Amino acid sequence: MKTQMKMPRAPMPAQDPGERIHNFYEVALGYTEDMAVLEAQRCLRCKSRPCVAGCPVGIDIPAFIDAIAKGEFESAYRILRRDTVLPAVCGRVCPQETQCECVCVRGIKGDSVAIGRLERFAADWHMQHVTEEASRVLSNGKKVAVVGSGPSGLTCAGELRKMGYEVTVFEALHQAGGVLVYGIPEFRLPKMIVQNEVELLVAQGVRIALNEVVGRTVTVDELFSMGYGAVYLASGAGLPKFMGIPGENLKGVYSANEYLTRVNLMKAYEVTSHTPIMKSDRVAVVGGGNVAMDAARSARRLGAQVHIIYRRGKEELPARREEVEHGEEEGIIFHFLRNPLRILGDSQGWVTAVDTIQMTLGEPDESGRRRPVEVPGSAETLPIDTLIMALGTRANPLLLEATPGLDESSWGGILTNSETGLTSRAGVFAGGDVVTGSATVILAMGAGKRAAGAIHAYLKSK
Amino acid sequence: MYDIISKEHLNDSVAKMIILAPRVAAKAQPGQFVILRAGEDSERLPLTIVDSDTTQGSITLIFQLVGAGTMELDCLDAGDSLHDFVGPLGRPTALSAIRHACVVGGGVGCAISYAIAKALKKQGAIVHSVIGFREKGLVIMEDDFRAVSDVIRILTDDGSYAEKGLVTDALEDLILQGNHYDEVIAIGPLIMMKYVCLVTKKYGIKTTVSMNTTMVDGTGMCGGCRLTVGGIMKFACVDGPDFDGHLVDFDEAISRGSMYREWELRARDNACNLFSHEVN
Repeated sequence: MKTQMKMPRAPMPAQDPGERIHNFYEVALGYTEDMAVLEAQRCLRCKSRPCVAGCPVGIDIPAFIDAIAKGEFESAYRILRRDTVLPAVCGRVCPQETQCECVCVRGIKGDSVAIGRLERFAADWHMQHVTEEASRVLSNGKKVAVVGSGPSGLTCAGELRKMGYEVTVFEALHQAGGVLVYGIPEFRLPKMIVQNEVELLVAQGVRIALNEVVGRTVTVDELFSMGYGAVYLASGAGLPKFMGIPGENLKGVYSANEYLTRVNLMKAYEVTSHTPIMKSDRVAVVGGGNVAMDAARSARRLGAQVHIIYRRGKEELPARREEVEHGEEEGIIFHFLRNPLRILGDSQGWVTAVDTIQMTLGEPDESGRRRPVEVPGSAETLPIDTLIMALGTRANPLLLEATPGLDESSWGGILTNSETGLTSRAGVFAGGDVVTGSATVILAMGAGKRAAGAIHAYLKSK
Repeated sequence: MYDIISKEHLNDSVAKMIILAPRVAAKAQPGQFVILRAGEDSERLPLTIVDSDTTQGSITLIFQLVGAGTMELDCLDAGDSLHDFVGPLGRPTALSAIRHACVVGGGVGCAISYAIAKALKKQGAIVHSVIGFREKGLVIMEDDFRAVSDVIRILTDDGSYAEKGLVTDALEDLILQGNHYDEVIAIGPLIMMKYVCLVTKKYGIKTTVSMNTTMVDGTGMCGGCRLTVGGIMKFACVDGPDFDGHLVDFDEAISRGSMYREWELRARDNACNLFSHEVN
């Protein structure tokens, strides 16, 4: 016990910063078997299991870690799969420090167990060593339509398929994965991993229909008349938010959604790509979330000096701690407590600079965070040629407009019962960013899982 | 995969393609667009729908060979297929209240304005058409327009065919002749739509324009298609592509439209070299 308590948290091997800013390969390289076993042995197997309660999909964390500690890696993977259809994804992109790891008993004195890294290890180990025999659950003859193939849609589809439903996932883009393929960059989540998880679902019998925009190509009402007994709406983030300051339509101003979609989905970082992206020397990214970090680190890899402008302080950054650390290592320059006032351009309409102002934190706002207030007379000009707005998203009006009887929530998203995901229409459920606004992969997955349970209850009673 | 049923060149730089896409055809209405990808690694190319045939389950597209994307598309022929094809996207053009319209088309924009003229004719409206081209060799869809127009004015910039002049001249002429239009619908180069709007504003005639902006996903996610309409930020893919032309900030749209010009020129040169190499 004593030695167990003394063991420090195993550091994550990573690509050298000087090297990785010239490529899009994955930054974190993953634990070796030995590292994973040692790290797993740090878990105290405490009775209270606070980590499980901290996980939005309720993974049996002590059990899978125990299996790793015993060297039973495949059984660790099996335990993960019971509660998540995307373990290799969650292990990489979950904000563990605000969920499972922050409540870990080991964290009271010293470092928590590296739960996310261990999850990733088990999922990767499985992928490298085990050829999955696609176990296809027999159909119960009932059809469910899932709208959107992001983390929420895939989770809901996977859970329903396990229960025997015939599931079709409708995806508007030409590739499945949603934000996992268009938003999160290759260096943080290799597309091969997402593809692997999607292929596994397909092998289990989930059908994926690409290039189908529900609300345009087909409506929710038509889905019902096509024989689907229930519909899960998980179409994700909507239109990007802008600040409403002068200069936002200058050439060289992007939303993070657009910048990342060009880089990730359309592979604009490859010389052979058919999709253009600005060749930037000095980039400013506005915002402090994971998307801001992803955009900044992508721009860095495309050869630019990158500045992050965030209106609160370092402590308030909503991004995962690891992304911030990696960004710092890669030479991203952070401007905390600063906010853009206007974007300046030349006579040809190209961005040349951004005027920013110093902020100070005042009284807490409705979110409980201290509200940033401008400091008069503190304006500064930062010369740039590209600016990326990473401020989150608004609602996408498409589904609400095309679906009669669907109630809108206060922010313009889809209104649901938070327990079940049921909307104002019978048989129509919704979850993920389309309900909550921009949130995390794991919260969207949690909503997908809850909705799958609710859809099962609904269809069983019919 | 989406099969190409037929393909022909309408002139040296404009091609017409009919694509089998029954699910899109079943829903397509005038004014809406599709996004396609020719091959597995191609860019997402937004193109406005020219015609749809629910019996055949097909969509007709007409495109100008302007960049690497359209040149790549032009390498495909009847019997080949497109890797991706999604739609119909955007809102349909609001036509039902129009009883007397003037449809203005410029260059390849005539392909789309023809779809509007045809739909208006079908609902019993009086249709005046004004279509303009740079020169004789670029004239397209003349017979199609004649078949659906009560009055037609054809113009070339250099006078090498029909009337010499700009569409704005003929439009103003028609207005001064005493024609009362419920609405003018203008589709063509941004600069043409801008000047059409200046004319119609003078006479207080409602004018609708179709904004073919840069976009990636086309479903309200990326925000690349934003433009300023009446001082407010709008998105062509979900709020448009049709907008009140008198409220559109054309100068900004023209500037934004040139964002990738250099990149496009380079890509086109590469594509040209590649294609000529293949031919040799």
